[in-house]
Amino acid sequence: MSSAPSSPLHLAVALDGTGWHPASWREQSARPRDLFTAGYWADQVTEAERGLLDFVTFEDGLGLQSSLPQSRLRSTGGTTVGELDGRTDEVRGRLDAVLIASRIAPLTRHIGLVPTVIATHTEPFHISKAIATLDYVSTGRAGLRVQITARPDEADHFGRRTFPPINLEELRSPAGQERLADLFDEAADYVEVVRRLWDSWEDDAEIRDVATGRFIDRDKLHYIDFEGRHFSVKGPSITPRPPQGQPLVTALAHQTVPYRLVARQADVGYVTPHDAEQARVIVAEIRAEQEAAGRGGELLHVFGDLVVLLDDAQAAAEDRRARLDALAAEPYTSDARVFAGTPTQLADLLQELAAEGLTGFRLRPAVTGHDLPAITQGLVPELQRRDAFRTAYEADTLRGLLGLPRPANRYAAAATA
Amino acid sequence: MSKPQKQIHLAAHFPGVNNTTVWSDPKAGSHIEFSSFVHFAQAAERAKFDFLFLAEGLRLREQGGEIYDLDVVGRPDTFTILAALAAVTDHLGLTGTINSTFNEPYEVARQFASLDHLSGGRSAWNVVTSWDAFTGENFRRGGFLPQDERYSRAKEFLATAHELFDSWHGDEIIADQASGTFLRDARAGSFVHTGRHFDIHGQFNVPRSPQGRPVIFQAGDSDEGREFAASSADAIFSRYATLEAGQTFYKDVKNRLATYGRRSDQLLILPAASFILADTDAEAQELAKEVRRQQVSGATAIKHLEFVWNRDLSSYDPEGPLPDIDPDVSDNHISKGRAQVRMYRDPLATAREWRELASANHWSIRDLVIETGNRQNFIGSPATVAKTINDYVQADASDGFILVPHITPSGLDVFADKVVPLLQERGVFRTEYEGPTLRDHLGLAHPDEASAERAAS
Repeated sequence: MSSAPSSPLHLAVALDGTGWHPASWREQSARPRDLFTAGYWADQVTEAERGLLDFVTFEDGLGLQSSLPQSRLRSTGGTTVGELDGRTDEVRGRLDAVLIASRIAPLTRHIGLVPTVIATHTEPFHISKAIATLDYVSTGRAGLRVQITARPDEADHFGRRTFPPINLEELRSPAGQERLADLFDEAADYVEVVRRLWDSWEDDAEIRDVATGRFIDRDKLHYIDFEGRHFSVKGPSITPRPPQGQPLVTALAHQTVPYRLVARQADVGYVTPHDAEQARVIVAEIRAEQEAAGRGGELLHVFGDLVVLLDDAQAAAEDRRARLDALAAEPYTSDARVFAGTPTQLADLLQELAAEGLTGFRLRPAVTGHDLPAITQGLVPELQRRDAFRTAYEADTLRGLLGLPRPANRYAAAATA
Repeated sequence: MSKPQKQIHLAAHFPGVNNTTVWSDPKAGSHIEFSSFVHFAQAAERAKFDFLFLAEGLRLREQGGEIYDLDVVGRPDTFTILAALAAVTDHLGLTGTINSTFNEPYEVARQFASLDHLSGGRSAWNVVTSWDAFTGENFRRGGFLPQDERYSRAKEFLATAHELFDSWHGDEIIADQASGTFLRDARAGSFVHTGRHFDIHGQFNVPRSPQGRPVIFQAGDSDEGREFAASSADAIFSRYATLEAGQTFYKDVKNRLATYGRRSDQLLILPAASFILADTDAEAQELAKEVRRQQVSGATAIKHLEFVWNRDLSSYDPEGPLPDIDPDVSDNHISKGRAQVRMYRDPLATAREWRELASANHWSIRDLVIETGNRQNFIGSPATVAKTINDYVQADASDGFILVPHITPSGLDVFADKVVPLLQERGVFRTEYEGPTLRDHLGLAHPDEASAERAAS
């Protein structure tokens, strides 16, 4: 064991294209032509693993990226809304996040892999077995980040539902809030189904009993019999219970409805406080929701999301931000606080926010090729000097890294009760 | 001059969730741990196989209202495991069976295009259809598709996926850092599809992948399925691995190609085939017999008899005679989630025939199920099996085989190490991969070249 204080920080990095700044692809370090190759993603995740980070997340979407939803994100709880922007000066196109994570899994050994899955148009049965399989190929390092989408263009890619366009004002209206709440209700059902399917096989269901010829003990497989407003799922899964039992469930949240989803369903919630006071208020609200959901005794991580530009001198980071903003022809704003400074200053800020109850951070590198190595080679050593971050991987699974126990199977408990 | 020798194509089918797979053998390993898949894929790649093949099943099988427990149960997600295998292989093609009923074109197209990017052009899609409400209970869209609409949906699904693959041409991404132009045209990936089953439009978000489109496999055997394959597949996963049946099927399907302006070498016929290898032919025959007994335990024999009788036969002794009662011919079948039971179109006649066979040969229930079941396709010494496979391919019974070992994961090793070198010596199987993509291995043109050729002819 290291001599870390009682609660060292947890660190994740959010990977999205060449970085979170829309002009990031134009930087020397960016490699925009490699974005659609396995090698690009392998290099990023390997770098994150070199820095002993808990996990990486992979953004995803069921439509082309657009700058329009970005500006509206703050008030919509991690939902993508808006429409296509017709721009040609930013990165467009992306590979499926679950498949990127799986492609990288055999190349890494310790770091958690957390792809985004879109609950709104996809099948919970498919995603449950996909993340279970990611857990198998990574031997216990899988998770998911659940997201919803209200984008009309993405609904049109599936043709099963029509989402009328919605703007910021409408979102604040009771009707707009109702639409969002409906999508989050669906996401909550989705996570419930995914989790039940992970438990639909007990750990020792495979018996290979040659004497009776039985491969499984069918009494240890369970129908989940989920019936909801948007879908019904019978079960059991076709994939046995994954190594972690329950892979990590995470979600980004900006307001009460998604806070509730985090409090009820997630292992890690990402939130976007811009200062210590906001952090305190958000953490208090999530903890109250957690208590109300009957999960008071459980470990639920609340991570702060920050966009970061890191350089050895503050002026260099600010200059870089200005240069990127000039290339993009507008100042970059985000739902999360945008930090430009030195690793030491960032370490100070993280510790200040952590004092308000955040248990870790998900850092969004403004330019992946520059800011990811700055995190692993600048911020991490700084936090280690302060005994605030691990000096070696201390567990074999992602749940283990986050101090989460391997959960009992809900159906096994019911069977023995 | 004699006809030049055909080059053989070989693929490896990961052992499936049926009684071909012998899980009770002491050598049998995990069917779900990634290490088994790595072992299997690397054996196939060491032997320079064309591709690895994964089947699909989206609901656990049931019989008599209970989950079927006698065969291997459980498998991984197809796309996810293939993406991971791309990391531990360099050349091997990665073929996944994906249903057109319980998926949507936009999502499947982006998964295959992503897999093709992440594997450097090694993805293939075995398009299958399904209509059963039993499997539909696991999905949003349920099982409402009438049986006669399954090909209509499958055809439109594949056509729509092709529209999505083709919505990017490969020259859209400029990514010029100096000028700040990433995309040549903001409309990249635009598509509109209006049809009976799908009414979708917008922009596809995965740029053109190395192979343009995944290689397309088709597995259906009906007349409709064969036409579907002749019109739009690159390869057929067929069930005719014997010489005569293979030749008949081969001729039938290849003759359909001209209608669609396609040449004979643009559609490969690859039957599934099992094998048993030993040092001598006699030892192999003995071993094959033993494996068939392992594949059909007494309990399995009773369950297989139930496929035909459609009744609970659990009170019968597998070592005893066949039931006197006749099959239940009502529509509601005792077995769910299994394609095989539809093979018995006239259960009363089958039962009669089996009773006669059993009584003439003094067979028990178990003997009968073993004797009437599938025999291994290739049984013998490595030299015999290599010769037989080559003879079949040169005689146009197929263009190669998709081999199904009965032991996971090591069942392919002996074939890879003993038979493949003999085929290489004969000059009918590659000794090195000639190109990086699955299309290269299969001798298939990139879709852009293929369509240019078709337009020119």
